[in-house]
Amino acid sequence: MGMTIAEKILAKHAGRDNVRPGELVNAKVDLVLGNDITAPVAIKEFRKIGVEKVFDKDRIALVPDHFTPNKDIQSAEQSKILREFAREQDITYYFEVGRMGIEHALLPEEGLTLPGEIIIGADSHTCTYGAVGALGTGVGSTDMAAAMALGEAWFKVPPTLKFIFDGKLGPWVSGKDLILYLIGKIGVDGALYRSMEFVGPVITALSMDSRLAMSNMAIEAGAKCGIIAPDETTLAYVTPRAKRAFEPVYADEDAEYEKVYTFDCNEIEPQVAFPHLPENTRGVSDAGEVILDQVVIGSCTNGRMEDLRIAAEILKGKKAHKNLRLLIIPGTQNIYRQAMHEGLIDIFLDAEAVVSTPTCGPCLGGHMGILAKGEKALATTNRNFVGRMGHVGSEVYLSNPAVAAASAVTGKISAPWEVL
Amino acid sequence: MKGKAWKFGADIDTDAIIPARYLNTSDPAELAKHVMEDADASFPSKVKKGEIIVALKNFGCGSSREHAPIAIKEAGISCVIAHSFARIFYRNSINIGLPILESPEAAEKIKEGDEVSVDLESGTISNLTTGETYKSAPFPPFMREIMDKGGLIAYVQWRISSDNV
Repeated sequence: MGMTIAEKILAKHAGRDNVRPGELVNAKVDLVLGNDITAPVAIKEFRKIGVEKVFDKDRIALVPDHFTPNKDIQSAEQSKILREFAREQDITYYFEVGRMGIEHALLPEEGLTLPGEIIIGADSHTCTYGAVGALGTGVGSTDMAAAMALGEAWFKVPPTLKFIFDGKLGPWVSGKDLILYLIGKIGVDGALYRSMEFVGPVITALSMDSRLAMSNMAIEAGAKCGIIAPDETTLAYVTPRAKRAFEPVYADEDAEYEKVYTFDCNEIEPQVAFPHLPENTRGVSDAGEVILDQVVIGSCTNGRMEDLRIAAEILKGKKAHKNLRLLIIPGTQNIYRQAMHEGLIDIFLDAEAVVSTPTCGPCLGGHMGILAKGEKALATTNRNFVGRMGHVGSEVYLSNPAVAAASAVTGKISAPWEVL
Repeated sequence: MKGKAWKFGADIDTDAIIPARYLNTSDPAELAKHVMEDADASFPSKVKKGEIIVALKNFGCGSSREHAPIAIKEAGISCVIAHSFARIFYRNSINIGLPILESPEAAEKIKEGDEVSVDLESGTISNLTTGETYKSAPFPPFMREIMDKGGLIAYVQWRISSDNV
């Protein structure tokens, strides 16, 4: 019996010829990731284990990105735990402020997430790495601690759901819209405990940045991972930057899928997820009149070059609406610099946007753009839970960067074609 | 274990369990002061040691923050019963030794204020108020082993000390 990509990657890392859904396995991990919120807890737990050194200082990535640059004294203390541990253990991939980016934008860019690998991160959006054909999955701090000591983790082999994206993408439709549409169809627990595989002509034609946005939100359907089989686009992206040797893994012809969904992309327009769950999606044409106080373009979902270029295309020569704050947050220092070279930063400043250093910041209501009671924000981020970006009485709507940029101009949720 | 049930709905996310504005600390006692605050602002002040959370589907969805089960455990909640759990929350609870039980029937039928007793060994949940009993899905032996050892860290210590790596 054949295996899906997730099954094959797990079997290989568990030293097995094959695995079946439901089995529990111990598997080697290729990279262990933590950030300034989750790693301090992991470090405390790691110290309890009683080993002196981490299993491999080249296979741990520590990225202070959530509340950094340190937003207050308590956050500074948390980050300090991370910094001191990184120095003590001589962690190769510790990214200090100034070199760091939002973890899931940074690590693929650095060539640290590669096809066929298992990457666990104490951050739920670790599933982003499915876009390069890796099994990336979020875990907690204790799992991170154990993996830093042993170089392995326990996994329940997930059943796999296959999603076929047929047809062609319409104007201003991106990977973000495909994943929002999917979540709208199956719900926030529609892929609970499952692996998802994204296939079809639309995926083959999709850019790397759009694929990363898609896999990033697999967790928003409850999934363990959301994987795209490596192809020419993947290899063109990973090969020049890979920090390790890697071996792509593909599903067997006779792999068994729990369920197969087929979506006709000709029918999909840019999506907006309404409060307070990512499954509350509708086409932007059906958004109605939603007046906005803030627009955020950035995050581990949509803070990449393609996202900023799309936003700039719409914002060029225009200004953000006078009643609205527009925040633009490049995902990494490299993206920031590239945006500057391409003149995008000028376009954003001319539009009277704030352009920030990379940070998760407002996405999780941390800092840099918190909402007051009753305020509404449209964000290219990944979650619109109650109180996610600030006051429990505020609202977050989710969209792609094109809809976000257009809405920043009009001051209400709007389609890109309304402003061009 | 035995205690009063606090009932919550579906898709209770980790931001509701412990909002990110409190994540600038990892001190369990501080986190417990804000447990479930964005689902029910008065919850931290009214919950008592030994009480039980009962919720509908997909409890703990969203972020990987272990601060969520830590806050629940530190607040004295003895057990969480839900129709289903989001996978990272499920892992984290097992890893830190917070008892959790999946039982769609118990999740649906237990009402707020019901006295509930739980036998973790057999997975049996009894509603002392109505007299009903419900079954929960048994844990696979490997997960039981982690829980019996007192959580993942104790399990890893055992593996290292017994050269079982």
